Amino acid sequence: MTEGPLFPPEPSGGPIGANPSFVDLVRRSRPETLPTATGITPDVASPHGTTVVALKFATGVVFGGDRRATEGFTIADERMEKVFAADDLSVIAIAGAAGQAIEIVKLFQLELEHYEKITGDRLSLEGKANRLAQMIRGNLPMAIQGLVVVPLFGGFDERREEGRIFYYDATGGRWEEDDYHATGSGGRPARSSLKKRWRPGLDRGEALEVAVEALVDASQEDAATGGPDPTRGIFPTVVVVTAEGAESVGSDELRSAYEGVVGGGS
Amino acid sequence: MSFMPYVPPEQRIKDLSDFAHKGIARGKSVVGLEYTDGVLFIAENPSATLHKISEIYDRIAFAGVGKYSEFEDLRISGVRHADLRGYSYGRDDVRARDLANAYSQALSTIFTQQLKPYEVEILVGEVGEDDGGNEIYHVLFDGTVTDEHGHVAIGGHAEELSNAVQEAYQPGWDLATAVRQAVGALSTAEGREIEAEQVEAGVLDRTRPQRRKFRRLSEDEVATILAG
Repeated sequence: MTEGPLFPPEPSGGPIGANPSFVDLVRRSRPETLPTATGITPDVASPHGTTVVALKFATGVVFGGDRRATEGFTIADERMEKVFAADDLSVIAIAGAAGQAIEIVKLFQLELEHYEKITGDRLSLEGKANRLAQMIRGNLPMAIQGLVVVPLFGGFDERREEGRIFYYDATGGRWEEDDYHATGSGGRPARSSLKKRWRPGLDRGEALEVAVEALVDASQEDAATGGPDPTRGIFPTVVVVTAEGAESVGSDELRSAYEGVVGGGS
Repeated sequence: MSFMPYVPPEQRIKDLSDFAHKGIARGKSVVGLEYTDGVLFIAENPSATLHKISEIYDRIAFAGVGKYSEFEDLRISGVRHADLRGYSYGRDDVRARDLANAYSQALSTIFTQQLKPYEVEILVGEVGEDDGGNEIYHVLFDGTVTDEHGHVAIGGHAEELSNAVQEAYQPGWDLATAVRQAVGALSTAEGREIEAEQVEAGVLDRTRPQRRKFRRLSEDEVATILAG
């Protein structure tokens, strides 16, 4: 067994049984593939993701994100995705340094899948939220260098049979939100919008409109947040999670939600 | 100072093989076969939670017979190997052939260098994009690998099971026919009727819309198929 990681050695003095963590596995078999802090503050501007919103509705949660990425005063990308299904029943939305954030999302998705395959059970939603907090904390050295990643996480909790939302800070602090939350540079206007429009027991269509409206409001207040652009077919990325699973909302449905918000496409 | 008596290598290999064969012969069997939408694995398993058939990766599944702790060890290593490959390169670069070779190397090393060989036989299956693209590899306790087509049986009654499947097998079975025939073959090989609650079944189904093509058949689903 030369390079083959078929039997990577377990860390000595570890607990009995197979370690179900993919991040731990990569750290001991392929540490060079993990992002690491260099100790140098980069003077290159890296693309930053901007506004993401999350809210509960009657049967689950809705997560949405705008599509703009900026590098300093330049728009780097108008079609970036910031909301991802983490597995069948959970969703993660990211704001912060884009490259770093996407790497963390990718590792987090693999972490959940790896756990499920090794142990034969899916992690509880609480377990997933805690694991993500540890991964964000692991990113702290990079956050100090300016590569901050602050995600929103949520999904459908099979044990409690309801949608739940968690938000994080750069140190891995984790809080549960009862109704809605928004983060990123346009997080403040988005939260104000959600505060006025959100109410308990929204149905799916209403929840989509509330999410889209919050993103539109954020784009009008914040230069780094891109608004929907129906002529170019750019709409926010929206993922809905219910007991049936995580589903990415199609652009037709988003277009009608947007038209509902701005008033019949006029 | 202790002396190791001289044992000729032929004798040593034969003793180790006999030992491993005996261990495997005590256990249950698994049958793997190609059906119209992919690859089906079926085993007799009294436990609903200690699996013989499992998912490895998007298009790859694993089946093991023999000593549970040993094939479970191989399964976990396989999941790690596959997930690391997929992370370092790309998801499409994780292939059953590569995994079967890794298993072969590992089992061969264990067979020759450790005190006792693993008492296991395993199958690694991969579902292809179309009918001709499926792969099934059969890896023995000493690292011998064979590439199987159509159907394969391993475990305690491998020979009887293989003959029973051979007699019935036709390419292009649908899932229900494949399950019924495989359970029938298991019953014939064991010489008793096998009920739905004793059947463990998993498929790699290329028609699944999800990225992960592996799916377990529930007890109810198997019961419905067998009753139908």
